[in-house]
Amino acid sequence: MSILIDKNTKVITQGITGATGLFHAKGALDYGTQMVGGTTPGKGGQKVDIALENGSTVSLPIFNTVKEAVAATGATASVIYVAPPFAADAIMEAVEAELDLVICITEGIPVMDMIKVKRYMEGKKTRLIGPNCPGVITPDEIKIGIMPGYIHKKGHVGVVSRSGTLTYEAVHQLTTNGIGQSSAVGIGGDPVKGSEFIDILKLFNEDPDTYAVIMIGEIGGTAEEEAAEWIKANMTKPVVGFIGGATAPPGKRMGHAGAIISGGKGTAAEKIAKLQECGIKVAPTPSEMGSTLISVLEERGLLEKCKS
Amino acid sequence: MNIHEYQGKEVLRQYGVTVPRGKVAFTVNEAIEAAKELGSAVTVVKAQIHAGGRGKAGGVKIAKNLDDVRKYAEELLGKVLVTHQTGPEGKEVKRLLIEEGCDIKKEYYVGVVVDRTTGRVVMMASEEGGTEIEEVAARSPEKIIKETVDPVAGLLPFQARRLAYAINIPNELINKAAGFMLKLYKAFEDKDCSIAEINPLVVTGDGNVIALDAKLNFDSNALFRHKDIVELRDLDEEDEKEIQASKFDLSYIALDGNIGCMVNGAGLAMATMDIIKYYGGEPANFLDVGGGATKEKVTEAFKIILSDANVKGIFVNIFGGIMKCDVIAEGVVAAARELGLDKPLVVRLEGTNVKLGKEILNGSGLNIVAADSMADGAQKIVSLVK
Repeated sequence: MSILIDKNTKVITQGITGATGLFHAKGALDYGTQMVGGTTPGKGGQKVDIALENGSTVSLPIFNTVKEAVAATGATASVIYVAPPFAADAIMEAVEAELDLVICITEGIPVMDMIKVKRYMEGKKTRLIGPNCPGVITPDEIKIGIMPGYIHKKGHVGVVSRSGTLTYEAVHQLTTNGIGQSSAVGIGGDPVKGSEFIDILKLFNEDPDTYAVIMIGEIGGTAEEEAAEWIKANMTKPVVGFIGGATAPPGKRMGHAGAIISGGKGTAAEKIAKLQECGIKVAPTPSEMGSTLISVLEERGLLEKCKS
Repeated sequence: MNIHEYQGKEVLRQYGVTVPRGKVAFTVNEAIEAAKELGSAVTVVKAQIHAGGRGKAGGVKIAKNLDDVRKYAEELLGKVLVTHQTGPEGKEVKRLLIEEGCDIKKEYYVGVVVDRTTGRVVMMASEEGGTEIEEVAARSPEKIIKETVDPVAGLLPFQARRLAYAINIPNELINKAAGFMLKLYKAFEDKDCSIAEINPLVVTGDGNVIALDAKLNFDSNALFRHKDIVELRDLDEEDEKEIQASKFDLSYIALDGNIGCMVNGAGLAMATMDIIKYYGGEPANFLDVGGGATKEKVTEAFKIILSDANVKGIFVNIFGGIMKCDVIAEGVVAAARELGLDKPLVVRLEGTNVKLGKEILNGSGLNIVAADSMADGAQKIVSLVK
């Protein structure tokens, strides 16, 4: 089991003929993902040949619209590598085509566009992950996004994070200690996004194969605080946390559009205090995300189960 | 992206938001000319820097005649203004806004921001204008009234009226105030603002509703569709190294410490600063080289880090996913050679092609300290710069 995606999930790539889309479509196929096609308006009817690491070549159909792609391939998920000015439109097109899951990797989408996207998505069935995120992976089954697949190991710890490279850091620490992951989800570093921590924590809570969760937050906003409250009230599984940006000065945007302390709100100190108050153990440094989780697994008698 | 008050008011004027008449001045003579042109009984001389708290820091002067204007312009131009937002080093005043004075009856606050929790734009208003909204929020949050905007409909007239009533705008001016708010929202939406703050919004003796101050911030992700706003950028207000970094698509923020950092990914870059501090060091910068770093980008990043005279050592922390460690290693070696690096350099590499990367570093003959983990690297660089 896993959350969001598994080996049966069929995926299309929106923006498949762009350099980024093509590169990561290949990466997904190499990992074993059922990438079944893609869209690029104006190139419908053509095929794109992708040479894989194992020497074989996959020929994927290209469609003009998401709706056509879904009808022809039976895809239930899409991943978006469309340039920022057009990415919001790409998301809404995928929502309109009634995909279950849309993962938007694109970084740099205007906030006002995302506000419209969120409004458009109200009452629709699609779940959006991102934008400005690394994607989602269920180890040994499927990889949708830009994360390096080989650092992952199949297992029972869920990872959810606002930061891409910090997710890799956490996963790597787990894997090198023999702890596998059920799924790892990057929700993205933008202020307005499709899924928040709570949305993903709910799924991990319901997934019988996830025994514990690492939640990686950062400065800006109050999503970590809200998640902490939710965990305290609802989560039946242990959660450990890390918050990046303890040394970030107020008013400076730390790379991510959402990572900014404004009006004295959203500091790391506030978030860490709230997490601890809600019974969540917080890693003191990013080097200790794995070891902090392991210490909690030991306390709960879950370590052996998580190592198998 | 930030702009000056006078530019913000110009943008708002395009949307019909009432602002005082005024003109920018770069010299004392221009200030006097502007004041003559305005011909108002009272003239306000306002220092233009990208920071709040100018009033308290002595950056806003009321001139009763042209001699006053000259005196204040001479005093302010070239002066380093230190406000709670500039940091202790302050900011040099290079521009003035010369503005007509007005008969203030009462000051209010109106602000427009994006609320992350709801994913909507929110307009906030308060009867307590003039003071910082954070202070009001901390002291008496009930005095801040909010209206959430549906992006399809935009801010609606009834919402604007509701705000105006709630902050006790005089009855006869409710429609004027509501109109003001609707235009302000329109400007915010059209120009992709991230903040539009009018503090204070004033009601005048002659029955007008005016933006006495204006602070507009723009979503940098949306600047591709606002060439007119990009033109308002004032490079004097930005850190030179940050400007240089942005040319190479590097995300760099200058800090006060002495350990230069080069990292891939914003989250990891922040966490690297944190871990340096945790082990007793002080980071000199935030620097995210991004996912597609090339040798050239790495070299540029090194140059920018080293152009900070405070830097005593560099910590490179890379988790190569898409980015391959051997490419980074080659970049680091090339940059260190080209720049004749004579400061301690600690490199932590992890991820794709890590072995190859480490071999390149070890075989370079350069004095590069290899680290096995983030913690190891942070401890090593901290002890090396001490």
